Amino acid sequence: MTINRRQFVQGATAASALATIPSAAISADSIKLGSVLDTSGIFEIYGKPMEKAHRLAIDEINAGGGLLGRKVEMIPYDTQSNMALYTQYARRLTRRDKVDVVHGGILSASREAIRPTLRKAKTLYFYNTTYEGGVCDRNVFCVGTTPAQQSAILVPEAIERWGKKIYVLAADYNYGQITTNWIKHYAKNAGGNVIQADFFPLNVSDFGSTIAKIQKAKPDMIVAVLVGAAHLSFYRQWSAAGMKKKIPIASTTMSSGNDHRVLTASEGNGVLVCQSYSDKADIPSTKAFLAAWQKKFGNTNDIHEIAASSYDGLHLWAQGVKKAGSLDRMKVIEALESGVSFTGPTGKVTIDGKTHHVTHDMHLIEIQNQQLTILKSIGQIPPSDTQRVCDLEKNPNDTKQYEIKI
Amino acid sequence: MDLAAVVVYEILYTVAFLTLISAGLAIVFGMMRVINLAHGEFVLLGGYAAIVSHNTLGIDIFVSMLIVSPLVVAAFGVIAERLIIRFLYGRLINTMLATWGLSLAMIGGFTLIFGTTTTSIKAPFGGFEVGEFSLSGYNIFIIASAVGVILLIFGVLKFTRAGLIARGAMQDAGVASSFGYDTSKVYMVTFAAGSALTGLAGGVLAPLVGIGPTAGSLYIAKAFITVISGGASVVSGLIASSGFFGFVSQFVTFVTNSVVGEIGLLVAAVILLRLLPTGISGRFFRNRL
Repeated sequence: MTINRRQFVQGATAASALATIPSAAISADSIKLGSVLDTSGIFEIYGKPMEKAHRLAIDEINAGGGLLGRKVEMIPYDTQSNMALYTQYARRLTRRDKVDVVHGGILSASREAIRPTLRKAKTLYFYNTTYEGGVCDRNVFCVGTTPAQQSAILVPEAIERWGKKIYVLAADYNYGQITTNWIKHYAKNAGGNVIQADFFPLNVSDFGSTIAKIQKAKPDMIVAVLVGAAHLSFYRQWSAAGMKKKIPIASTTMSSGNDHRVLTASEGNGVLVCQSYSDKADIPSTKAFLAAWQKKFGNTNDIHEIAASSYDGLHLWAQGVKKAGSLDRMKVIEALESGVSFTGPTGKVTIDGKTHHVTHDMHLIEIQNQQLTILKSIGQIPPSDTQRVCDLEKNPNDTKQYEIKI
Repeated sequence: MDLAAVVVYEILYTVAFLTLISAGLAIVFGMMRVINLAHGEFVLLGGYAAIVSHNTLGIDIFVSMLIVSPLVVAAFGVIAERLIIRFLYGRLINTMLATWGLSLAMIGGFTLIFGTTTTSIKAPFGGFEVGEFSLSGYNIFIIASAVGVILLIFGVLKFTRAGLIARGAMQDAGVASSFGYDTSKVYMVTFAAGSALTGLAGGVLAPLVGIGPTAGSLYIAKAFITVISGGASVVSGLIASSGFFGFVSQFVTFVTNSVVGEIGLLVAAVILLRLLPTGISGRFFRNRL
């Protein structure tokens, strides 16, 4: 049998029409939610639980009848821990998939890569990760905790317990640099002093001479802003040198990648952190969340703070849509700005309309036997770092990320 | 005074670290001229072997690190040599490509089996005190292992008949086979020995650095720099270049910070290879082991 060009084109058109019609029919009446996360590669330890949190929240929303009488459908993209893929997938989500909202982004670099694209395409964006604060953009809601909620509590508490002299070890990129500036700021306010800050590229794994330098400087404590797998070697080498009994450690990052379960108990014990999430929290909504996660995925050990805030982010958005009674971007933004709350894995979270950041319930936590043991619950803490500089009511067209000046 | 002792101790540790990660490569590359770009992954395989054998199978930690790791990696080395590398002896570029492919496959394999999470075992010794400083007792074990590895290589190559045959076969395979030695077998055993030493490095370093699928890149560059700068003599070249780079990188790290320390190591390597293009042993320890 021979097929000429015309027949071939006709056949192909018919086939592709057949292929596209049913999927268009399915998704025409469902609400489309884009999810961009690193679910493979070196950041998958952060991204995989976040994606699970998205799926769990969507299942719950759909089980409750969906939004505006329509089902929510998730369109996931795996950015493979590659920053270049973020812009590519963000464009695909806005142009081809025409989604109603995008949730995702993990590292600050990935957020800054897609924020302008989504704003230009007028697609609402939720960034649900703990970060260095200061993003002021009406198209973006930042649901994770910021330095005013972490370092502002952690640093004074640590100074009160251990003394005034602080040695900071930080990852050498924007998160580590800016967070270190916040630590200096909060230490000064609490009467403490950062005597030295050392920065490490993400692939450094030999801390031998750093440990000797720390002993020479004789600080009262270490504040670790270390990120990623290579940096975990610090805790191992610190413990192997017998330093655990001598100089205590506080950290802004420990446990956000479930590091406390990767390290052995004796390496992680006693590290002080400040977080919104602990599976040990005696809150009914935390227990309900853990039970739902257990039922869907079978194991709750992989949940971390940013998976919890990803789940919060999705439900906050859903409440905004319900309140607006519409999917129109501006109507949803205005509904969210009027102050939407959700009670979830970390207790009550409330959107602050002026900054598009979120008030969290924070806890002072100590790592004991690979568990997050709550020492003290601090209560509702607003994102005051961003509130100092950002007012979207007055400047609705602001798009800047503000940084603290030291 | 105490600080001086601490600095010397850290320098010795770094020298030992470089010696351990480079010893296997010194044999595979220095003697056999095989550019094994999967060297970093061989180190990781040793680390994973120690972790699985200790954490999962409950075997004693020293047995895991000193026996299980070398055996597992040696066995893997034999398979790789028989299936891939033996067809490519003398073809430098082709071995590079093949072993690079092997390294990617191994990264994929580690990810499939162990996931991307970094795993580790707890270091077996506590710390000890020098004046007001605490130091890691485990580092002494690393230094002792490095000394042991050097003595082992030197002993085998210098005093045993197998070492003599291996050196002869590497120098001139044609002559060795005309004396009736099966050079293909000699190559296989030598590659296995190099792999075993690499596995040992992975095993004893696992408690300090943590093992993840992509961590191999931390070792490969330093190992190649050490071996190439060492030059043709396996033992004396290895000692000289590990000592030199360990001293430079740790000294610079103490004076400044770890980033400048790494840069110091690379700058030292560039200058050294400019002045001594055949490596340290090409100039100072010629015709020695």
